[in-house]
Amino acid sequence: MGRDAMTTGRLVLAVEADGAGAHPAAWRDPGASETALDPRSIKETVTVADRAGFAFAGFGDGPVPPPAGGRIEAGVRAAYLSQLTRRIGLAPALHVTTTEPFHVATQLASLDHASHGRAAWLVGAANDGPARATIGAAPLDDVARSQEVRDVIDVARALWDSWEDDAVIRDVVSGRFLDNDKVHHIRFEGASFSVVGPLITPRPPQGQVVVIAADSLGVADRADITLVGGFSALAGHSQRVIARRAERAREAGSPLVFAELEVALDRPGERADGRLARLNSQEPWPITDRARFSGSAGALTEFLAELAPHVDGVLFYPAQTAADLPVLADEVLPALTAGDLARVPGPDDAMLRDVLGLPRPVNRFAHLGRNTASA
Amino acid sequence: MPDHNQHGPHVHLGVFFTGVGPQLIWSDPSCASHHEIDTFVEVVQLLERGLFDAFFLGEGLRVRENRGKVFDLDVSGRPDAITQLAALAAVTERIGLVATQNATYNYPADLARRLASLDLISGGRAGWNIVTTDNAWTGENFRHGGWLPHERRYERATQFVEAAKELWDGGPTGGGATARPVDIRTDLVSFRAAPTVPPSPQGRPVLFQAGDSDGGRELAARHADVVFSRHREYDEALAYATDLRARLARYGRQPDEVRILPGASVVVGDTQEEAAEKARWVRSEQVNGPRALAYLEQYWGRDLSAYDPDGPLPDIEPSADELDPSRGTIAIERRSGKLQLIQGWRDLAAERGLSIRQLVLEVSGGHATFTGTPGQIADSWAHYVRTRAVDGFNITPHLLPWSLADIVDKVVPALQDRGIYRTEYEGSTLREHLALPPLRPAAASRKAS
Repeated sequence: MGRDAMTTGRLVLAVEADGAGAHPAAWRDPGASETALDPRSIKETVTVADRAGFAFAGFGDGPVPPPAGGRIEAGVRAAYLSQLTRRIGLAPALHVTTTEPFHVATQLASLDHASHGRAAWLVGAANDGPARATIGAAPLDDVARSQEVRDVIDVARALWDSWEDDAVIRDVVSGRFLDNDKVHHIRFEGASFSVVGPLITPRPPQGQVVVIAADSLGVADRADITLVGGFSALAGHSQRVIARRAERAREAGSPLVFAELEVALDRPGERADGRLARLNSQEPWPITDRARFSGSAGALTEFLAELAPHVDGVLFYPAQTAADLPVLADEVLPALTAGDLARVPGPDDAMLRDVLGLPRPVNRFAHLGRNTASA
Repeated sequence: MPDHNQHGPHVHLGVFFTGVGPQLIWSDPSCASHHEIDTFVEVVQLLERGLFDAFFLGEGLRVRENRGKVFDLDVSGRPDAITQLAALAAVTERIGLVATQNATYNYPADLARRLASLDLISGGRAGWNIVTTDNAWTGENFRHGGWLPHERRYERATQFVEAAKELWDGGPTGGGATARPVDIRTDLVSFRAAPTVPPSPQGRPVLFQAGDSDGGRELAARHADVVFSRHREYDEALAYATDLRARLARYGRQPDEVRILPGASVVVGDTQEEAAEKARWVRSEQVNGPRALAYLEQYWGRDLSAYDPDGPLPDIEPSADELDPSRGTIAIERRSGKLQLIQGWRDLAAERGLSIRQLVLEVSGGHATFTGTPGQIADSWAHYVRTRAVDGFNITPHLLPWSLADIVDKVVPALQDRGIYRTEYEGSTLREHLALPPLRPAAASRKAS
């Protein structure tokens, strides 16, 4: 399918809510929110994003401590917020390389149940020495890592289908709580592990949890949303880089493509450049794969308008959550919505998939009629 | 911090929400959904109103089966315990939240981190019910399959718990301080990880242990804060408490460092007759005809669907192989000697003229431990706690949410009348609810060294 058939020209907006912000010195700044450690601060940040109309919040994470020293595990943060928010999607980063695939699938399915269909998964693949040492293993080579990412996504998706939607029948006459022709062994065989299934948790309300993965992981054919970066040292060049990588992700089969964008925004009394200079003097902001923007809310709106034909959405990484999220929420989102450039969750969007315009997937086991996998 | 010596013994109550299994009745139209988060929220808020110490979630890492197919007669399907409890932490203030988690099929640093996260986000209300699995059937859902020999499961669990404690004791203190990595290399636990979660107000998650074998009791004596024992009949409970306290002394621990909360099921009636009638109904629902046949099928290892549950025992011979674990946990004494057990059942049925269903009602366990009026139950519990046979009970509900509402609304006031139950939460952490002594300052001494 071509790009024009996919993009609506209206951006779905998401925000990373991990820690004090994307800038490595963000947590040192006075007034920084400790959003990875303090439940109240976690709640405040995501409540602001929920009210503003962000489609989902990301919860960055990893098995080793961040520079600020500590971090509550992302799945726990997202689950906690499931009861404190109403519309916003919750996307914890869970790493395929430092966890049990069966647990990852169960945790995400449970988050989807707890949030009534608002779970997403930021696929992580931490593979450096310290990360892999947390499970007593060495880093994987590139081929094995790519295979692992594919296998864990595949097994999670199979497990989410292992209970059909109508498996629970509570049939008093026959005494059957469930129809065991509709709960399936998956008998998944990956390169480094196998899983028989079924999942211990019934099918998630969304059918499949929304899978979000960076294009660098090479799973655009398996993800629901592929994230593309676009760092460029050339002014005004980022959009072109993003557009080209988005095109490639679509060709590889990704239903949706989001740009990853780091932002530092002007605030009353302090320009973004000045603030960045102050932060950089404490610790320089290393170049990442993501596109980066600093300037006024108005200039960002123009930047996004240029990007809108090429991507379905943007995942913002505020340099400092406490400083930049309010500008995104109070100025950028309203401006985009007024210009019909943004799609925010509406009353008819019951689940995250609805907000994203993604259909609820048909269960791969539906209509088999019997548990063939276990025969 | 409440002091037991000052206030006298108190009953500590928890609810063990297994989420699956034969004791949960689903056939009555009044039953809440066993999968909806809303049911869990309703139950945990009810228990918090009843000033319970803790809400426990069970976990089993493979869906139960009967002769190779997913078992269809019992409630099945449940959430990841830590995820669910983190959600429930947001809608409760005080009640403890205890996750059953397996020490065989988890990575120590990963699980320790998730538990510490639950503990911190709940303000110090998390507990870990440590369980082990050795069976390869469960292992088929995990990276390394059934890797752990049966006789080493508690050795692994002990090392796992010690590793977790080390990670919890050395958590980061914030302000950019990097915590020192924990580095462990044995043949059962091997990793290097820096802690990422600072200690909660209670220091670390409270440790629960249910194992009843010698290895299980040793693990409990060394590391548990609470034992979730199987011994609920008074004499057995007292014998268990005596045994455990002797083991505690060997590890230099005081009797008050461990609370004993056996599992129990409770049926409450306004009169004794009403309670007895309810208990009969509960049992007849738990052991209906299809379930009675399925129970015997697990032991026979054969298809018994052609037999009448209200008729005599199957006349065909059981298969020669021992029980397989696919219907869930099998008590250690039932892992061998199946044929003798079945012969005993045949003798019992012949002697008393029992049908299949009557026999299963007799031998399958799961009888209500306490049946009576609120006053009778409260008197009985007062005797248990005043003689230190137990510190309370971990109640397994049979009907959601009604069987728990009976306890909160009727039994709790009767306990309060007798001065053996709190009238408000005195503390804010699970450790405080359980009246456990504060942790020894391991973290402080470790940092100073």
